[in-house]
Amino acid sequence: MAEGLHLEGIRIARGDVTLLRVDAHIAPGEVLTLMGPSGSGKSTLLSYVMGDLPRAFRGTGRVTLDGRDLAGLPPEARRIGLLHQDPLLFPHLSVAANLAFGLPRGGTRAERRATVDTALSQIGLDGYGHRDPATLSGGQGARVALMRVLLSRPRALLLDEPFSKLDAARRGQTRDLVFTRAREAGVPILLVTHDAADAQAAAGPVIELS
Amino acid sequence: MLRPLPLLTTLVLAGPVLFGLAGTILPAFGYLVPGADRPFAHVLEWPGLPRALAVSVISGVLATLGALAGAALILAGWYGTRAFGWLERVLSPVLAVPHAAAALGFAFLIAPSGWVARIPAVALGWERAPDLLILGDRWGLSLAAGLIAKELPFLLLMMLAALPQVDAPARLRVARSLGQGRVAAWAKAIFPGLYAQVRLPVLVVLVFGMTNVDVAVILGPSTPPPLAVQVTRWMTDPDLAMRAVAAAGGLALLTATLGILLLWLLAERLAGRIGRAWIWSGHGAPEGALRGAGLVLGGGSAVMVLVGLAALALWSVAARWSYPDLAPEVLTWRSWSRFGPDMAEVALLTLVIAAAATLVSLFLVIGCLEAEHRFGLTLSQRALWLLYLPLLVPQVAFLPGLQLLPLKLGLGPSVWLVLAGHVVFVLPYVFLSLAGPFRAWDGRLAAVAAGLGTSPNRVLWHIRLPMLTGALLVAAAIGVAVSVGQYLPTLLLGGGRVTTLVTEAVALSSGGDRRAIGVWGLGQAGAALLPFALALVVPAIVFRNRRGMRHG
Repeated sequence: MAEGLHLEGIRIARGDVTLLRVDAHIAPGEVLTLMGPSGSGKSTLLSYVMGDLPRAFRGTGRVTLDGRDLAGLPPEARRIGLLHQDPLLFPHLSVAANLAFGLPRGGTRAERRATVDTALSQIGLDGYGHRDPATLSGGQGARVALMRVLLSRPRALLLDEPFSKLDAARRGQTRDLVFTRAREAGVPILLVTHDAADAQAAAGPVIELS
Repeated sequence: MLRPLPLLTTLVLAGPVLFGLAGTILPAFGYLVPGADRPFAHVLEWPGLPRALAVSVISGVLATLGALAGAALILAGWYGTRAFGWLERVLSPVLAVPHAAAALGFAFLIAPSGWVARIPAVALGWERAPDLLILGDRWGLSLAAGLIAKELPFLLLMMLAALPQVDAPARLRVARSLGQGRVAAWAKAIFPGLYAQVRLPVLVVLVFGMTNVDVAVILGPSTPPPLAVQVTRWMTDPDLAMRAVAAAGGLALLTATLGILLLWLLAERLAGRIGRAWIWSGHGAPEGALRGAGLVLGGGSAVMVLVGLAALALWSVAARWSYPDLAPEVLTWRSWSRFGPDMAEVALLTLVIAAAATLVSLFLVIGCLEAEHRFGLTLSQRALWLLYLPLLVPQVAFLPGLQLLPLKLGLGPSVWLVLAGHVVFVLPYVFLSLAGPFRAWDGRLAAVAAGLGTSPNRVLWHIRLPMLTGALLVAAAIGVAVSVGQYLPTLLLGGGRVTTLVTEAVALSSGGDRRAIGVWGLGQAGAALLPFALALVVPAIVFRNRRGMRHG
């Protein structure tokens, strides 16, 4: 059972107050949903898994990814991708450069450009490479953010309320795209949300937080 | 009453610069100053010109690159860590120390008789000071180092103030989750946006580095000196015809400054291209080395200035301090009783000028901000350039004209002219410091008060300004510190007859009396630091029973 993301005896506390406790295993390609109201410490848990827990909080417990203990590793060494409710595209870079940002090293310049172009066409944004990210619609931005994180070839994905800012029409479409692509990537996925429809669409185990 | 204030402020900022430039250009081309003979030819034939220009450019560019890189690396490598909190605490007092006092302290450190030479002498048993010129080296490297120490905290503060506008924590998080190390993530995802926010302050540092006089007199080479220092020498030459030469020299330096600014803007574009290529390549950065460099530059700046002040303090109470001892044998108050009374008298005049310049500035700034609030007369991006105008045009390029033109109109140098000159440089800093808190004030309180039948003036005087006590005091402290540090306006507009702490300290620096320099240098540092201490203490006392007025 070394494959996937293990959360063993995780406890997140602020001062002496325990915010949450979690024990879970997420297999590759599986989506685990954490449901809970705001303030239940869901996002703090993601920070703990990412390795950038704010100093006001304390986290204990073991996180292993594909058998590798993540304790003490900086965020950049964990190979965990993150999707937020905002696409958080870098505003000073073109859409293409945003996609290239997380591309692992290697390959010639032309190969890297080709990879980015292919990725753009996969999300239906052919020819959008030179665009300013600020000119994209909400749904387009979300797709670019998804593709950017997938191109960085993460070994796990964390989704932090990724659909909450999209309008109802886009939400379903984007949700389907994210789950399909993420499953294809074959990595464990941890979804944090307060929307029951997200949990349903994820079609995986659900942990309810209070 | 309120409506004309924005226009008046514009005149206060732009008027002296344009008027002064005119007053510099005319004599440089042979008008206005009788007996001037081809001033430009005189400047061009001056044998020291190439070296003087080179030193100005080298020290200015190195100082800007060093301070910018240092501030950026501290943020990139350490923001949010405990080390950053520590760095911030030791660097903020450095910001308030006037340039001249910091430079004098730094000069004490690196002089052949300073700790930099004494420590190896004690360790290795040297009998005499090494014959190695560090202070005032020919290429202005020690000058650049001194400038870095002072400008790094300034740029760091400017970057910290701009940080909320670039959404740094979220961007950093995404960049790191995409596999970039802390420093690389910061450089690729945050720095470009942050630089756009602090670009004007960076250009101010570049211009100041190339054209300042007080630091250059203390730390720069002397034959030939940096061009700005030479222009000042011509300006204060007893032969009045030399004023025209000074004006021509000032214009030459202005031209060089504009050229370097242009190159800087080109370099910005080039750096942008390189940065994008770096992002496309996916390569990281040498994280450990860069974090170390940030710590060394930041910590080094603080140590240089603070230990320099300690050296000033120790010399001011030293009875006998022979080489290579690390501390004086006997301490005495003799230097203080000898120079103290004179110093205190000059300090009083210095602080009176500073207080007056700050009050005038506060009046204009509050007027502008209140007019903006009431009539929506907002300051546009162009107005921001206006605010920076007196800081971006070299002082040596327009102050000579500002002395010459009034003289032609029958207004000789005087303390009033000095005061007016100080306002031009104090006002931008007071504005920049107060605008944020003033605009961030909760406008609903004004609506509530108006609902209770309160007039807008009463709201301003009885609600808004009292609530902004802390911010007003900080702005006032900054204004006083800026005024206390003004060397060239005091020297030129006072015609050598108005003596403040900075003119006296710089004048003493060429002599060798370390005890006098210690007393005067500390006096200047104290005059600038005291208001900051008050600005922190006073609100805490006044509002000790008001929890809503405390921060954090």
